[in-house]
Amino acid sequence: MSATSEAGTLVTRASAAPPRRARLAVTLAILTVVLVASFFAALFIGRQRLDLAAVFSDPFARALFFRLRLPRVLMGLLIGGSLSLVGAALQALFRNPLADPFTLGVSGGGLLGASIALALGWSARLLGTPLVFLAAFAGAMVAVFLVRAIARTGAVLLPGALLLSGVVVNLVSAAAVLTIQYLADPDSALRILRWMIGSLDVVGLAPVGQMFLVLAPAWIALLAFSRQLHLLAIDEDTAATLGVNVGRCETAVYLLSALIVGVAVAMGGAIGFVGLIVPHAVRLLFGEDLRIVLPGSLLLGATFLVLADALARSALASGELPVGAITGLLGGPAFLWLLRRRRQYAVM
Amino acid sequence: MTLLEARGVSYAYPGVPDSSGPGKAMAVRGVSLEVEAASMTAVIGANGSGKSTLIRMLAGLLRPFSGEVLLHGKPLEHWQPRLRAREIAYMPQATATAFPFPVMDIVLSGRSPHIPRFRFERAEDYAIALDALEAAGAAQLAGRIVTGLSAGERQMVVLARALAQQPRLLLLDEPSSALDLKHRAALMRTLARLREARGLSIVMITHDLQLTGSLFDRILALREGEVAALGRPDEVLRSDLLAEIYGEPNVRARRMGAQTLVWIEA
Repeated sequence: MSATSEAGTLVTRASAAPPRRARLAVTLAILTVVLVASFFAALFIGRQRLDLAAVFSDPFARALFFRLRLPRVLMGLLIGGSLSLVGAALQALFRNPLADPFTLGVSGGGLLGASIALALGWSARLLGTPLVFLAAFAGAMVAVFLVRAIARTGAVLLPGALLLSGVVVNLVSAAAVLTIQYLADPDSALRILRWMIGSLDVVGLAPVGQMFLVLAPAWIALLAFSRQLHLLAIDEDTAATLGVNVGRCETAVYLLSALIVGVAVAMGGAIGFVGLIVPHAVRLLFGEDLRIVLPGSLLLGATFLVLADALARSALASGELPVGAITGLLGGPAFLWLLRRRRQYAVM
Repeated sequence: MTLLEARGVSYAYPGVPDSSGPGKAMAVRGVSLEVEAASMTAVIGANGSGKSTLIRMLAGLLRPFSGEVLLHGKPLEHWQPRLRAREIAYMPQATATAFPFPVMDIVLSGRSPHIPRFRFERAEDYAIALDALEAAGAAQLAGRIVTGLSAGERQMVVLARALAQQPRLLLLDEPSSALDLKHRAALMRTLARLREARGLSIVMITHDLQLTGSLFDRILALREGEVAALGRPDEVLRSDLLAEIYGEPNVRARRMGAQTLVWIEA
């Protein structure tokens, strides 16, 4: 008797449960509203206070707004969304809650590539793309495949090995970048230092527009793998027997991640831990379904970095902090917290 | 009607040296097997005898070194993965999920081969998932988080996922290893019922020889990657054959009506 009534309540609960599509819509709506609000708030936060009237009347304020403030906030949005989206994708792909572009060394590889390009004075473009972008992409790509090659022994992906190889890539890359910086002229050296910490300084809207043109298609392509990543996050063999072409999906996610992180690093440097914190926040708030976590991370990541940068701009009475310092200070403890929580996970 | 056919399949894991001679160690060597519709086949053998490797080849997870696996007469690798996933479901020995997925998410994932790209599960998919969960004896776990479950409970959830896939062929790699007596019996009843009701075929790896004797049509016994015996339970479950298969001289088997009793003589 009790068994039947139990089953009965289960059926009602399931039919009463909101379908996933509705949950996705609600999630995206909430996160979009939060992003838009943060975006407008961030536009008017900074060392130079701006108000809307001044932007229309005062040419200095207008220049400040359109040449510096707006591009910077937009860049925070693009980079924050990018790193978080890739973080969520890599966590699913590697089935590792501690994976993100920074901890896996992908950002480090991109940074090294960009530094080499900068030290060699490659201001040239190839088919309209600055070589720094291509070098950063190549560096991120090398790091991704290196991490994978080290971590994948046979068919078993060792979670610890993955993060350790990321640490090694980061250390080697940091050493190489420091060497390049030491040998480079003072001007390049300063730009490399800014990259190492991660910062969103940008002048004018043109570079932001270029970034968007590369990133948006890559985001969409990566989001198209949401379901495959959802199944991969559960179990690789299960995903393969549920119709996921695992090899093709992995390759696509690697390439897209390297592309997105390469562009983000070339513009903003190695901003750490964004891709780690944000997907976990989305999971806690909206559930584990990767079809919701991926787009959610894109939106919340954009919000997070826009707000972190607003904090970086206004935290000091004189001068500004690089945003990477803020995300690092927030991300380090979050990483340790996740490491402790990891005991609850059923892996290993 | 033959559903799945393995023709002389062999597999060697890369980088595993062969102690017996030069070249690679073959995990599975020239195994042939025909799986009929609505049939139940047990795969038995000692640890490391190639059972999981064989079933992973049948599932399309490993590509045979030589030989081939045909599904409805067509080589497995020529099937579109999603269409293949509607025919064959596979339950691995262990599922290591790193994220705290709700049980329903795991079971619903079994529906994905039936759902068009970029679509979400429909109401009927939820109903099928709940049915599967109940059939697996795990209806009470519907509201739980998978990382908080015991090994046996997780096996029931993963079985439910495979059932939700509504395949024609179910490949099970030791599905009952962590199940208690009650759930072991429930598993066998469920499998027998699905075979009757839906014509489901089952290939199941097990060390539980007691189960194989009463329910299965056929037993495939592997020894060092090769077929040691293939036949009806009463043909395979014999003291001398079992002693050879497991390398254990004291194993005894005795037929008792429809059952076979297997024990180790002290």
